[in-house]
Amino acid sequence: MIYLILAYEFFKIGLFSIGGGMATLPFLMDLTNKYDWFTVSELTNMVAISESTPGPVGINMATYAGYNAAGVLGAIVATLALTAPAWIIIILIAKFLENFSENKNVKAAFYGIRPAVAALIGYAVWELLKIALVSAAEGKLQVNMVNAIVCVAAFALLQIKKLGKLHPLAWIAAGACIGVVLKM
Amino acid sequence: MKTKKICDLYISFFKIGGLTFGGGLAMLPMLQREVVKKHQWCTEEELLDIYAIGQCTPGIIAVNTATYVGYQQAGFLGSVAGTLGMVSPSLIIICLVASILQNFIHMPAVLHALAGIRIVVCALMLNTVFTMAKKGIIDKLGALVFVTAFLLACFTPVPTALVIVLAGLTGIIAKHFERRRSA
Repeated sequence: MIYLILAYEFFKIGLFSIGGGMATLPFLMDLTNKYDWFTVSELTNMVAISESTPGPVGINMATYAGYNAAGVLGAIVATLALTAPAWIIIILIAKFLENFSENKNVKAAFYGIRPAVAALIGYAVWELLKIALVSAAEGKLQVNMVNAIVCVAAFALLQIKKLGKLHPLAWIAAGACIGVVLKM
Repeated sequence: MKTKKICDLYISFFKIGGLTFGGGLAMLPMLQREVVKKHQWCTEEELLDIYAIGQCTPGIIAVNTATYVGYQQAGFLGSVAGTLGMVSPSLIIICLVASILQNFIHMPAVLHALAGIRIVVCALMLNTVFTMAKKGIIDKLGALVFVTAFLLACFTPVPTALVIVLAGLTGIIAKHFERRRSA
């Protein structure tokens, strides 16, 4: 029953991904090891499409992952399962807890969680980088220099304040153009 | 009357979900317009409080906000309407894009474009990680948690969820001792 597995996996992701949509990325990376729903390279496409379509990025990625795993019904199951834990927790908070975000233990937990989330996403990006930059030619792994230069250049340009504020959509469109022109 | 409110909640959050790119903070201006100005479901300050709660509960921040506002306005059914309204546009748009892309994915131009996009996405994500690390790591313990979490993810099969739980516990324990020492 793929729908049950999808529901279980995405419920778990919804419960543990704290700190916004990108926090789901390390979990989606885990899924590529466990199931054959999508590959790491497809995951990168999913991130790009989720960032360039309307809606919360985390929801878009879950929908896309569910769709890749089991079609439209899979998309619906994954998305609803992802939102279920938060939905339960939010209703409990709305009902019983006032000033939840001011609670000292909640604050202390987040003081520890924030750096960990950054590290986990960092690891996921490292895995994506390996796929994007390393190519296997004649059985040997080697870094594709053109890809590496484009990546470093893009990262450097992102540090310029005005360019960094551009919508991700603009960056993704530029990436598509570069890809076509350089025949990557 | 209540049915109308539930429909309003669904439609409002459908609009917010369908018209904003990126979620998170990018969604605040739209939320302000629909929730505060148009429907007066809450005040500006309440919206920021709700947003703070959405940020420190699991799940997607924008969806959490929709759930909370929906619940406050119309109880259980309201929270369902808000949540479903927020995710409906994503479901429709992503399924369409994914099914269309499947038909074009074998064209060389599309493959080149996707390869270029993948590299730019890596740069964008790397930038996100740097911003998050800068904001999240405020002292030595934060740096230690960052390094430990990274190493655990790289070299051990420790589940991602466990890393999050351990990091949260570390924060609580550290703050507890800090309070005791200063007391």
